[in-house]
Amino acid sequence: MNGLRVIFQREINAYLRSSVGYVVAATVLMLNGLLFYTQALGPEAEARVSGQVLAIFFYTASGLTVIASLVLSVRLIAEERQLGTQVLLNTSPVRDWEIVVGKFLAALLFITGITLTTLYMPLMILVNGKVSITQILVGYSGLVLLGAAVLAIGVFATSLTRSQLVASAVGAGITAVMFLFWPLSTVVDPPMSRVLSALALHGRHFSGFQQGLLHTRDVFYYLAVTYFFLLLATKVLEAKRWE
Amino acid sequence: MIQLTEVRKYFGEKRALGPVSFEIEPGGAVGFLGLNGAGKTTLLRILATDLHPSAGEVEIGGVSVAANPHEVRKRIGYLPETPPLYRDMAVGEYLKFVGQIKGLSLDSVDERIREVEEYTQLTPVHDEFTQNLSHGYRQRVGIAQAIIHKPELLILDEPTKGLDPVQVLELRGLIMRLKEEHTILVSSHVLTEISQTCDQVFVLNQGELIASGSEDEISANLTGTYRIILGARVAPDTRAEDLIQFVRKLPDITSVEMVQQDGQLLTLSVESPSDCRGSLSSSLVKSGHDVVRLELGSNELENLFVELLGQKVS
Repeated sequence: MNGLRVIFQREINAYLRSSVGYVVAATVLMLNGLLFYTQALGPEAEARVSGQVLAIFFYTASGLTVIASLVLSVRLIAEERQLGTQVLLNTSPVRDWEIVVGKFLAALLFITGITLTTLYMPLMILVNGKVSITQILVGYSGLVLLGAAVLAIGVFATSLTRSQLVASAVGAGITAVMFLFWPLSTVVDPPMSRVLSALALHGRHFSGFQQGLLHTRDVFYYLAVTYFFLLLATKVLEAKRWE
Repeated sequence: MIQLTEVRKYFGEKRALGPVSFEIEPGGAVGFLGLNGAGKTTLLRILATDLHPSAGEVEIGGVSVAANPHEVRKRIGYLPETPPLYRDMAVGEYLKFVGQIKGLSLDSVDERIREVEEYTQLTPVHDEFTQNLSHGYRQRVGIAQAIIHKPELLILDEPTKGLDPVQVLELRGLIMRLKEEHTILVSSHVLTEISQTCDQVFVLNQGELIASGSEDEISANLTGTYRIILGARVAPDTRAEDLIQFVRKLPDITSVEMVQQDGQLLTLSVESPSDCRGSLSSSLVKSGHDVVRLELGSNELENLFVELLGQKVS
């Protein structure tokens, strides 16, 4: 566990020092603000109840969380290979899972921090409208869980290659396919439609969080996706460590 | 300390190393010599647990590298050709990170960083970011990270590469000091570096081990001759020529050459099929000559290296 803690600390410091971290944070904040203004508070806002406005906010924020998670995760292992620092980790008494989880948790903390800076928008709705704290909490839980799942996909992608560009393409590809499962599930017949909707990264699993409804099924799904891709990343790192 | 048995490494179809078998006892410095592409880095990466051999067994300190790499990693410090530095970290911060992932506790790491920085003369750049350091300092940080956890085995891959002559001398001095506390493996294609720092030399060519031993042993094996440097003061009432004739007639002596004469003091180069320094010394003393110097004189490593490669090619 010592290796995990040390790698976690190093990654957090790396995010706080790199311009990429701040650029991602600033972009997410700016776009969230713009989308909140144009979408949630758009021309039809008067016809909506506060809960719907909040749901739209979480919907648009989820898209930005996904993109930010991919951007932040693709450098995690590929950059070590590019800079030649992977050899330090390879020849140190630190387990592969500690490297993967340490890096993942640092990225998750950073993305959670970015996500929480948008809190002023739901609070405006809370003050001026009629929404419950629970809906806000559940919505943010959904964003963090979705972010964790996409980060895990990104960590897996970055474990495959030394090129951040290739890692970005692989990570974005997997995420896009898992997003597309939802629209696909609406055009195919059962039982395939049920399988696809159960596997979709957004749609069925995120809509509950948007509405403030916490389903164990959805929480379990995001945790399972996160675990699955982190496990894959660990296995890839294990294989590549001795390559 | 290290035992390699029939180790091979292939990259695809291409054989990069092996079969290589050898044993290294603890203590001292061992040099791996070879031209570029001879397999030095591949061999050191295998020993550093960065690369898995395609076949064969590697044991370090009695622990199998394949079966228990985690345990082996606690015992080794490794400096690859390019020091693995995080550019966004200051020297002290970087060493703290490395110390902790190598297993040092939070309580002991700061004290150890202070010791290592003093040892490698990094104290003045403790707060400097590694990206702002000169090549020489980066190399020292590379060595500092390799020794921070006091490993039994220190593996240095081309540590003087790219350094200026002054930095080379400083680093060579550092390696000589490190020899007292660690078993060191150094690779280089710079012959003088190996010659001046290592007690034992392994010569690699096209992935194969073509010679091993001390410089003198390699020399003797290669030429079948021991070269002995003899310094003697000629006995009173005896000419220098008499001394040379006397030595020439001794058993096991195949040739005698005058290297230098300074009055009655002669320096001779004596060749023999065996290390006959003991009998040579007693014969000279019995005949009334003073022996002031008696040592094995190796052929220059450079000549040996060229000769070895020449033999291999022919």
